[in-house]
Amino acid sequence: MSDARSEIFARIREALKVKAPKPHLKGEPAPGKTSAVAKPWLPEGGETAEDSLAILAEQLAKLKAVLIRVPDHASAAKAVADLSATKGWKKVAYHGHPLTRPIAAALACETWEADASFEKQQLEGCDAGLTTCEAIVAQLGAILVSSASSGGRALSILPHVHVVIAEASQVVPDLGSSLALVQARHGKDMPSMLSYITGPSRTGDIERILVLGAHGPKELYLILVG
Amino acid sequence: MSDSKAIFLKDATVNAADGDQRAFIRKALGGYYTNRDLQKARYRDWERARDAASMAKWSAVNDLANVLEKFTANFERNGGVVHWARDAEEARAIILKIAKDADAKAIVKSKCMTSEEIHLNDALEKAGYGVVESDLGEFIQQLRGEAPYHFVFPCMHVKREAISELFTQHLGTAPTDSPEELTMIARRHLRQLYVDADIGITGANFLVAETGQISITENEGNARLTAALPRIHIALSGIEKVVNHLDDLSVLLPMLATAGAGQPMTCYNTLYSGPRKKGECDGPEEFHLVLMDNARTRILADPEQRDALHCIRCGACLNVCPIFKNIGGLAYGTTYQGPIGSVITPHLRGLKQWNHLSGASSLCGACTDACPVRIDLHHHLLHNRRNATKESPTLFDQVFHNGFNFVISRPWLFALGGRIFRATLPLLQKLPLPYMGAWMKTRDLPKAPAQSFRDQWKNDHV
Repeated sequence: MSDARSEIFARIREALKVKAPKPHLKGEPAPGKTSAVAKPWLPEGGETAEDSLAILAEQLAKLKAVLIRVPDHASAAKAVADLSATKGWKKVAYHGHPLTRPIAAALACETWEADASFEKQQLEGCDAGLTTCEAIVAQLGAILVSSASSGGRALSILPHVHVVIAEASQVVPDLGSSLALVQARHGKDMPSMLSYITGPSRTGDIERILVLGAHGPKELYLILVG
Repeated sequence: MSDSKAIFLKDATVNAADGDQRAFIRKALGGYYTNRDLQKARYRDWERARDAASMAKWSAVNDLANVLEKFTANFERNGGVVHWARDAEEARAIILKIAKDADAKAIVKSKCMTSEEIHLNDALEKAGYGVVESDLGEFIQQLRGEAPYHFVFPCMHVKREAISELFTQHLGTAPTDSPEELTMIARRHLRQLYVDADIGITGANFLVAETGQISITENEGNARLTAALPRIHIALSGIEKVVNHLDDLSVLLPMLATAGAGQPMTCYNTLYSGPRKKGECDGPEEFHLVLMDNARTRILADPEQRDALHCIRCGACLNVCPIFKNIGGLAYGTTYQGPIGSVITPHLRGLKQWNHLSGASSLCGACTDACPVRIDLHHHLLHNRRNATKESPTLFDQVFHNGFNFVISRPWLFALGGRIFRATLPLLQKLPLPYMGAWMKTRDLPKAPAQSFRDQWKNDHV
């Protein structure tokens, strides 16, 4: 008896001996990279950095994510400290990074650099998780985090609030650009997890009514420097 | 009549008469239509974007052997383990073996229709494992002991009062009529389960050949937690989920969300390339991917319907289907409801038993228009009807078609038949016609004209 793999491949090869017609298209897309070909058809991501930032702000507002734009790193630290004080955070976990460390240092509450050990229970008890990101997609208001940029997989999803600190230069116009960027950055050595986040965790499972904070963070803040 | 057809007819009749439930479903879908149209309006050309999405899937499905080979090579290079399953039984056995080898106790799952297809929960529970669905809708359906109503919105038919009662009964919480409060109850209950589980099971929305990553689309964050906290991550996927390039997702991810849920993109779209890497502080130690055929190669072998494998399970065709809206998702009796379910279920479970679903259609084509990857859904419903008649024609099909053929090819007989029919029509009006029962319930036979069309033509033109 042949093994499952070879039998499935044999079935596939047999099935594909007969060609299938192309789908009924409005017009066949030109050959080339999908994102490049489809760019004029997809939602706009902005032609200039300024356009992109405007689109990003609009999208984030619709997604109920909070965008805080600050001129420099000192103001970023102050913004997060204010947030922490207002919300009454007791413990904040953060990904150790030059962007996050000064912010964590300026916090009045307890802080914990979460990269060193994997303690699920301790992380679950944190009020907020502070991470960096790989890129930000203006077109969709999406923040791309990874296991490399965000202290592993859990820090950006387990604490009740997620705070992302990023430079304005990390904003890219569209999804295609962000995918190209991570491919160029990591090549064949991709972080084991890459995740696009568009707003706080949500569900519409009960009567299709939107509720924020289904399983992941209930609040999402993007602190954009510059 | 097949058993499944008899059950379908009974359930569909009952549900279609439940005006209250139908109004509830329409209301639930109302918000979706508004949001979907708002998001579609942001596309500079939605129709052309559909072309791009369709071709991304077409090129992968029509080169499936090579694309799968490339995908699995890259997936394994990243440190994941690939398992192959010819059918549901093999897929269940593989997952049970992984659980046994790991000496697992608790398993947490995120939404995975492929696991519904193979009745994985039953198998795991029978083997003694505690399995918890973590998607809110699936969690509610699991507590109800009911299959998902809609493969994207599993409990869209359940009212908040019923959910409150369910939680009170199973979790001992106080009654509430606030969807937010109900969601928080589930959140609090499930959080500890992620932390305690040994194995997390997810599905996969896309398998990226170029990079060996799997892509998972969700809103709640439950899949993220399922793939982050347990020691072992098992993903179960059909072999047709592959795409060639990572870049293909630049079109597929947003369109999946817009078509399926009226969102720009769902809240979390995550790519996993392997278990925890050296230098990463968390994530599973093992990453298993079960790639399952389970009759997908049967659809592949039918070039006319091969595009049904383009399906990205967005659910748009259900949301616009007049049949779905009237009979509801449970009446189908299938894992995949709505037009796409009616198209593929005969391939998965047998044409003779499941052809009736292809008959339950107005052929309005709303599904085909809604499909972001341009599956020719309503024509496939017709193809299924034709194939079923070819495969096992009923006595009526044989008598009627052979008789019609015989008469229509003999003009004198046709004329004679017409004459007899015109003469007997007044009598037929009064007789109950058993075979025409359903058709005649709301219709009358026409009045007989004095002359046949051919006689009228002759009189006027010759």
